[in-house]
Amino acid sequence: MSVLARQVARRLGIFAVTLLGASVLIFAITSALPGDLAQVMLGLDASPEALAALRAELGLDRPLPLRYLAWVGGMLGGDFGISRLSGYPVLQLMAPRFAVTGWLVLFGMIGALLIAVPAGMVAALKRRHWQGFAVNALAQVGMAIPVFWGGILLVSLVAVRLRWLPANGYVPLSQDPAGWASHLVLPALTLSLVQGAVLIRYVRSAFVEVLDEDYYRTARAIGWRPAPALLRHGLRNAAMSLVTVLGLQLSAVLVGAIVVEQVFALPGLGTLLLTAVQQRDLLLVQGTVMFLVLAVLAVNALVDFSYLAIDPRQRTGESR
Amino acid sequence: MKRLQLWLGIALVAGVVLTAAVSLVWTPFDPIRVVPGQRLLPPGWPHLLGTDGFGIDIVSRLMVGARLCLLVGVISVSLAAAVGVPLGILAGQAGGWVDEVVMRLSDVVYAIPAVLLAILLAAGFGASTVTAMVAIGVATIPAFARVARAGTLQVMASDFVLAARSSGTSPLATAGRHVLPNVAPLVGVQASVTFALAILAEAALSYLGLGTPPPTPTWGTMLRDAQSYVYTDPLQALWPGLAIALAVLGFNLLGDGLRDHLDPRLREVS
Amino acid sequence: MTLLEIDGLDIDFGRRRVPAVRDLSLRLEAGGRLGIIGESGSGKTVTALAVMGLLPENAHVRGSIRWQGTELLGLPERDLAALRGNAMSMVFQEPMTALDPTMRVGRQVAEAYLLHRGEATTPARERVLAMLAEVGLDDPERVADGYPHQLSGGQRQRVVMAMALVNSPDLVICDEPTTALDVTVQARVLATLDRVLDAERAACLFISHDLAVVSQVCEQVVVMLEGRIVEAGPVSELFGDPRHPYTAGLVATARLDLVEPGSRLPTVEDFYAERGTP
Repeated sequence: MSVLARQVARRLGIFAVTLLGASVLIFAITSALPGDLAQVMLGLDASPEALAALRAELGLDRPLPLRYLAWVGGMLGGDFGISRLSGYPVLQLMAPRFAVTGWLVLFGMIGALLIAVPAGMVAALKRRHWQGFAVNALAQVGMAIPVFWGGILLVSLVAVRLRWLPANGYVPLSQDPAGWASHLVLPALTLSLVQGAVLIRYVRSAFVEVLDEDYYRTARAIGWRPAPALLRHGLRNAAMSLVTVLGLQLSAVLVGAIVVEQVFALPGLGTLLLTAVQQRDLLLVQGTVMFLVLAVLAVNALVDFSYLAIDPRQRTGESR
Repeated sequence: MKRLQLWLGIALVAGVVLTAAVSLVWTPFDPIRVVPGQRLLPPGWPHLLGTDGFGIDIVSRLMVGARLCLLVGVISVSLAAAVGVPLGILAGQAGGWVDEVVMRLSDVVYAIPAVLLAILLAAGFGASTVTAMVAIGVATIPAFARVARAGTLQVMASDFVLAARSSGTSPLATAGRHVLPNVAPLVGVQASVTFALAILAEAALSYLGLGTPPPTPTWGTMLRDAQSYVYTDPLQALWPGLAIALAVLGFNLLGDGLRDHLDPRLREVS
Repeated sequence: MTLLEIDGLDIDFGRRRVPAVRDLSLRLEAGGRLGIIGESGSGKTVTALAVMGLLPENAHVRGSIRWQGTELLGLPERDLAALRGNAMSMVFQEPMTALDPTMRVGRQVAEAYLLHRGEATTPARERVLAMLAEVGLDDPERVADGYPHQLSGGQRQRVVMAMALVNSPDLVICDEPTTALDVTVQARVLATLDRVLDAERAACLFISHDLAVVSQVCEQVVVMLEGRIVEAGPVSELFGDPRHPYTAGLVATARLDLVEPGSRLPTVEDFYAERGTP
């Protein structure tokens, strides 16, 4: 087996094991631990007949391991369970919301990079000057701001006071591109500002490492000024650590997106999840959380595979 | 500049702790009793920051909120450290398959972020401060385990530990006498950073309605209430958010300051 | 006009003003070859970096460095960058880490060319392949399309030389270019350097701690000790009649073929005991 194939296999193995473990944990919390699931879902004043009917419907009398395997088996076949309250399959309820949350996370991350890379460059190049200190201070402040507070502040300033953009709601891309964009700007910006602040220190330290490298010195020696030298040669070499951080931050961004959806009333997976919790729709909660965890783990695995594309040395198995 | 960072962090944290402590014995006004006639008063005298939608003095509510924020931080960090640190040391000392198992388990827990875990617990057991604290604590165990393990590996490779081991000291004694003191500063830094994350997570959960139920004031629920007034009284949203930001900033600066102070030994703490 | 004139150069570092170079003066004519000999810490690399304008921020420089009559010290970065890689270039010591590992070799050499020349006369690819061939690399196409990690140390150093010469500079500064290479490879790389410098009619400032190596490339030499020049002159004179005891020590350690079999190898300390730090 080639070096490449071996690495891919190993990574896939880790992905599978972690996914399996997470599914056990999720199942345990939503189906196993709460005791009588039927009671939890129907509330304290449910009639014994209703409880018995629900128990039969959900197959709650089967032993736990069987119920777990049934759940996993269902998911492998695309069946994430049925939402108790609406009667629709969980996957069907989630489907129209993928795009909303997806756009939010995507633009949030892109925006974060657009903020963090230039700021990180300044912080690295001017690290002994006031500009570097200023960027670091701003990053610290940005990191401390709760994402929902940032959202509310942006709404009150931009949407209420200035009326430049809508305060909430969503329009699908296919329906009205301009409306779609205008509804996504503030939520994505909120995410970008906070995530960007977090990323700045990673970008900065990656670039500072580049500044010490001999190939940066070579770039200066052939006539590049510091900023272009750093950008041309630093970005590719720093890309690996940046991509790692992005992958690690994905779950944080996802959580941020869930919260931001609440602030801006966006019909995404986050609001679906929170409604499900309020309504004690345990299967919907279970299915949605499992999907989100699956998405994050899958992206992290993809990130690892992307190293092979960025660093040519990895392909031939050489160590760094 | 780095000194300034540390001292600012200490000052902010001390401010929060002091406010919380004072709130135990005194607040300017009643933080819970609704006063219909005094709703949404602007900042001034005697209500320095005004009153909220229920007519309650904002300063008083903020002070009590500090208490809860510290409580959540202390409990979740303690839980995470109490479980994570011994696991990490175990993994670092034992090595082999024990290490592998601990690391895979921690990967699994790490795959579910604190807020999501809290949402799960809230669905299954009903939302409360306890579910929030347990969720944040459990979700942070991997971070502490990782830090403790890294520190342990470093210590285990050092000469004086090798000497102790070869002279027959039991692993437990080695852990207590050599590993723990060296790992403690790393854990301290992680604790400060985690405290900041715990405050943010709890605030988010309270904002989503999955944290402490009313009428107990928390900064997160205050922001949730404030959102209804974003058209009429936008100032309402300023104060609780500012409180959260300052507290988180304080703990972050404290953690960074401690890390710089203990440099260059610290390379593993994220 | 003299190509490079350094007068009274003083360089300190940091707030504590650690001295690196003291009152250094030298002259280099067009096409000339000047060697700078000294051990690590003698200030030779610092001098080279000062000429290129690549000293770190905490360096304090006084004196004068004139390039074809123009004063370099105090020149804005934009003007210095226009000279670097163009009129004057530099080859550093560690070839293994000098190239960007994520970029193809050909593209990196082309960078230096395109930065200053554009494709006014010759297309970049053509020029790059020609340079790679000139520095003695077999199969320039394969080298250009490949990545640095696929090349040996000697090959990478040749690539760096190609980058340094691609714009036909008037001056090439070499800072211990062969020190990190195997002895067998050293001689070949030095021979290539000598040939290429002749072909491009470039002047050379060659820095090394090894007198034997310097003598293969340069006719004139200055000896640096603790930041100062202690002796200067033609290589043959230094070998034959060293005036400063430190130089005598250097010569003795370079001419190991003159050592009597069975007797102890000479060290520089036999001739010159260092003041100050151990």
